[in-house]
Amino acid sequence: MLKELSKYIKQYKKYAILTPFMVVLEIVMEVVIPYLMAKIIDVGIQNNDLDYIIRIGIMLVISAIMSLIFGVLSGRFAAIASAGFAKNLRQGMFYNIQNYSFSNIDKFSTSSLVTRLTTDVTNVQNAFQMIIRALVRAPIMIIFALCMAFSINKELSFVYIATMIPLALILAFISIKAHPYFEKVFKKYDDLNRVVGENLNAIRVVKSFATEENEEKKFGDVNSLVYKLFKKAEKIVTFNSPVMQIAIYTCILFLSWLGAKAIVTGGMQTGQLSSLITYAWQILSSLMMLSMVLVMIIIAQSSAERIYEVLTEEPTIRNKEKTVKEIKDGSIEFIDVDFQYDDAKANEMLPLEDINLKINSGEVIGIIGGTGSSKTSLVNLIPRLYDVKSGFVKVGGVDVRDYDLETLRNGVAMVLQKNVLFSGTIAENLRWGNANATDEELVEACKLAQADGFIQEFPDKYNTVLDQGGTNVSGGQKQRICIARALLKKPKILILDDSTSAVDTKTDALIRKAFREDIPNTTKIIIAQRISSIIDADKIIVMDNGRIDGIGTSDELLKTNKIYQEVYESQMGGVDSNNEGK
Amino acid sequence: MKENNTDKINNNTKKKTKKSGTLFRLLKYALSDYKGQFAVVVISIIVSAAANVIGIQFIQTLIDNYITPLIGNQNPNYASLLQAILTMGLVYLTGAIATYIYNRLMINITQGTLQKIRKEMFNHMQRLPIGYFDSHSHGEIMSTYTNDVDTLRQALSQSIPQVFSAIVTMVTVFIGMVTTNIYLTCVVILIVIIMTFVSRFFAKNSSKYFVGQQESIGKVDGYIEEMMNGQKVVKVFCYEERSKERFDKLNEELFKSSTKANTYANTLMPCIMNIGNVGYVLVAVIGGVLAVNGLLTIGSIAAFLQFIKAFTNPLAQVSQQLNFVAMALAGAERLFKLMDEPVEVDDGYVTLVNAKEVDGKLEETTERTGLWAWKHPHSDGTTTYTKLTGNVEFEHVSFGYVPNKEILHDISLVAKEGQKVSFVGPTGAGKTTITNLINRFYDIQKGKIRYDGINIQKMKKNDLRKSLGMVLQDTHLFTGTIRDNIRYGNVNATEEQVIAAAKLANADRFIRHLPHAYDTMISGDGEGLSQGQRQLLAIARAALYNPPVLILDEATSSIDTRTEKIVQDGMDKLMKGRTVFVIAHRLSTIKNSDLIMVLDHGNIIERGNHEELLKKKGMYYGLYTGAIEIE
Repeated sequence: MLKELSKYIKQYKKYAILTPFMVVLEIVMEVVIPYLMAKIIDVGIQNNDLDYIIRIGIMLVISAIMSLIFGVLSGRFAAIASAGFAKNLRQGMFYNIQNYSFSNIDKFSTSSLVTRLTTDVTNVQNAFQMIIRALVRAPIMIIFALCMAFSINKELSFVYIATMIPLALILAFISIKAHPYFEKVFKKYDDLNRVVGENLNAIRVVKSFATEENEEKKFGDVNSLVYKLFKKAEKIVTFNSPVMQIAIYTCILFLSWLGAKAIVTGGMQTGQLSSLITYAWQILSSLMMLSMVLVMIIIAQSSAERIYEVLTEEPTIRNKEKTVKEIKDGSIEFIDVDFQYDDAKANEMLPLEDINLKINSGEVIGIIGGTGSSKTSLVNLIPRLYDVKSGFVKVGGVDVRDYDLETLRNGVAMVLQKNVLFSGTIAENLRWGNANATDEELVEACKLAQADGFIQEFPDKYNTVLDQGGTNVSGGQKQRICIARALLKKPKILILDDSTSAVDTKTDALIRKAFREDIPNTTKIIIAQRISSIIDADKIIVMDNGRIDGIGTSDELLKTNKIYQEVYESQMGGVDSNNEGK
Repeated sequence: MKENNTDKINNNTKKKTKKSGTLFRLLKYALSDYKGQFAVVVISIIVSAAANVIGIQFIQTLIDNYITPLIGNQNPNYASLLQAILTMGLVYLTGAIATYIYNRLMINITQGTLQKIRKEMFNHMQRLPIGYFDSHSHGEIMSTYTNDVDTLRQALSQSIPQVFSAIVTMVTVFIGMVTTNIYLTCVVILIVIIMTFVSRFFAKNSSKYFVGQQESIGKVDGYIEEMMNGQKVVKVFCYEERSKERFDKLNEELFKSSTKANTYANTLMPCIMNIGNVGYVLVAVIGGVLAVNGLLTIGSIAAFLQFIKAFTNPLAQVSQQLNFVAMALAGAERLFKLMDEPVEVDDGYVTLVNAKEVDGKLEETTERTGLWAWKHPHSDGTTTYTKLTGNVEFEHVSFGYVPNKEILHDISLVAKEGQKVSFVGPTGAGKTTITNLINRFYDIQKGKIRYDGINIQKMKKNDLRKSLGMVLQDTHLFTGTIRDNIRYGNVNATEEQVIAAAKLANADRFIRHLPHAYDTMISGDGEGLSQGQRQLLAIARAALYNPPVLILDEATSSIDTRTEKIVQDGMDKLMKGRTVFVIAHRLSTIKNSDLIMVLDHGNIIERGNHEELLKKKGMYYGLYTGAIEIE
């Protein structure tokens, strides 16, 4: 996993390598500076040698300047490398998601994709910066300081080893012990956020049922659980700093005791003792840092795993090597088609089974059927949003899997049931269908979809800015804009998946009339709940439980098909067609 | 120009007082429950810092007073040295214990405070008027619970104790410096001034860039969210390349601002530390000069040099932590803003009580009789009881969400016990608004609404709402079992009551087909249930709540005809015997209404029953024939 992720450092590799390099130089300076400082005290001040002090002082200033330069550079490089890494990760995921098929998208939920692209990347970015700075810094610092200490006095240096090992063990023990509690805390945090989120979403329900007190209790329970767990976790971690202090202090005391003896017997100088103690601080605080960084990395690991999943997810639908780049006409054929979603359980019923169907170019097809009768699944196969399990789906006489995906999807325009408009002007949204469409073409498509009228009434007309999700237009208006957007593709096949449900019947009829008159050669497939939307179709397909229950014109079906009769009766019973408001 | 400047200054001071106000309030919040513990924390920090400073000086004392005299001694007596070391050991141990104590107590204080803040925030939020939720996005409110509380946790548990401890250390060291040598202290002060200057420069820039980074993150996150939500549309329109283009632009911007912000954060420490190093040299040189002239002893220079090191470290720490503190204060400000939002006013005094009939008169009782009455205390000390029946009356009601922008104009209507009143009309006519006035989600500006003859302004809001049931257009479910969700409005309902309600709503059948029947867990607002099933649950929920008055906002979403029939049948059973207000989205379901109100632009333009209205050939006729779009 790390290997795969580290590929995304790419053009920032230079900085990622330079950072530890700068950190090493910075550490060299940090080790040299106390050495020079000791010299000032031991030699310069003791002997009252002002020249010496100035000489060493100049060296110290130079070292300080160099240390500053290295420090600034390592900081800068680390910032570039980690921000760059994050950028590439986000880009890598975003690009790969663009290649996802519908079943890939179904596998991850939208909100989890968003978290992976945002929070998880930030976690990894921070951890990465830690790794190239602190994780390099701490061990090298320990090594350098140990070397210096050994060069001063070998015997005494064993004091470090003697304190380092138990300290490392204790710190490791604390981290391991605390980690599961932190994991639990974060899970509970999710619960806490869930309660708040649900409460916010359903605030009208809460208020109208007057259940504020229950909600408060629900929140209070989770809240105090978070409190308890957090306290438990932090109680363990609290031992970190006193343990650390005791280790350093013990180290200093032993050094002082043994050092004093060494000095008295002439084995060491007093200045060297101060240096040894400085190194003790450096070594042990590096160890402390190391344990903190490791904890952070462990936390970031699960984020890294989630990112990895998105990056390595293989798109289930891809172009073949040789593809057909032109669609001959709008004819459609289903031959012995079985279909199943990827996540289906073994014994589940197939959403589509044994579908055989022939649609001629230019026909108007209506599809009707109850929820779960797989109407949407059926049409999703035409622009190859999903692949069939077995059998063939042909468009213009060619298997959809042989087409170039872009060619196919530009030729088969689909207006989804759960449709989305994006923040931006109406014109920008329409140009999703065709980036180079002229203003006239936009108006033309909107006239067809009966959207031009209300758009012209907006003060800014086609430049009216839509909010995210198009919340500032009504449902019926939204659906008509979506239809116009699809029409701009000038498709061979147009599929409306329950796309006029919020449009009034009169406008609905006008749209169908315009389709018939203005784009006669386009095959139109209309899924609807409302029988009036499909009553005049050339063929009506009645779906039931993933199978075709009947095909024919309305009159034919009224005679032969029981489901159709039932639906017709419930909607049209006793009323002339077109009389049913919705 | 001049005026502008003074304005700016005024603004600045205002901002500052606001900030210090937030800090003060936060501390007050944190400390009110933990005064004793906090006192111990302060003492422990001082002890711990003092032990630290003594520790720094210890080496010098050890060398000067204990080791040097022994040098050259043939038979050195280590007893006094050992004693000194053991004494030091005690000091250190005290320091370590003090560190543990304040860290441990800070957990109590921090976690306790956070728990309290979250709880008060949530409870306060429950009492905010609906208008607040209209004008604030959920994401915005959520981030107060997550980001703002989290930064606060870091600041309280780490930054504030560290800053305090650093300041104590600095003060102690400073006293040590002043008593050692006043000239050198001046040099140190000069260095400190430079450091403060540098760190202020950093703080200013880094906070500027951090704000910039936050903005870029917001933009990228927003774009990602929008695109992920519309990913299927992206696929259908082959929009991938164009969506990548825009993403790359935003991503690049984030990279730039993130690099800048982190560069500043990363380079602060080396800057401060190395200014400290230069200061060290300065003191050594000046000290040397002074020593040559006999103004200073060698020992005090050595001590001073140690002081400088002891001074720079905490200063660097403080400057780094201040960033976090500033972030936390900004978070606390948002948090307090939420907590300061005015709550829903509820000065009602008419309450809903269980009642029983004694000699034809209503009396209050504690048993659940199924008979409810409005308890109405009057100013003359008497109390009257009015039976809860469900008569609702609007008298010349006018209303607007914002002042001077009336949405409903002079609405009058009477709904008698058990009647069905429906509202129809085009988008924005004010149908939903009317129902929101009955349960007092919003308060009216003009006119009166009477419920069983009592002005609803006099009623306690929760009691009023308990007598009203609502089935909303969007069904909101909560994480929990199906049973929990049905019992939502009536936690004490028995199993039989739950099942009866589900049966009435036609929900029992599908529930029994679920893997764990009534114990099936639903999560994430009922994912996995169909729209129709969710609606059936909402009906069951309202049925168990059993209110005399019901407000139904019919769903617009397309459910198939069969399911719709089942839902409609459930609704019909629910409506039986209750006063019902229906916001209609399809006319077929309201034909049998006792009264249909046709609304347009906040006015009732037609009223009557189905047949009467059709004869008028007005707007209702237009809606019915499909010429006008209903939402």
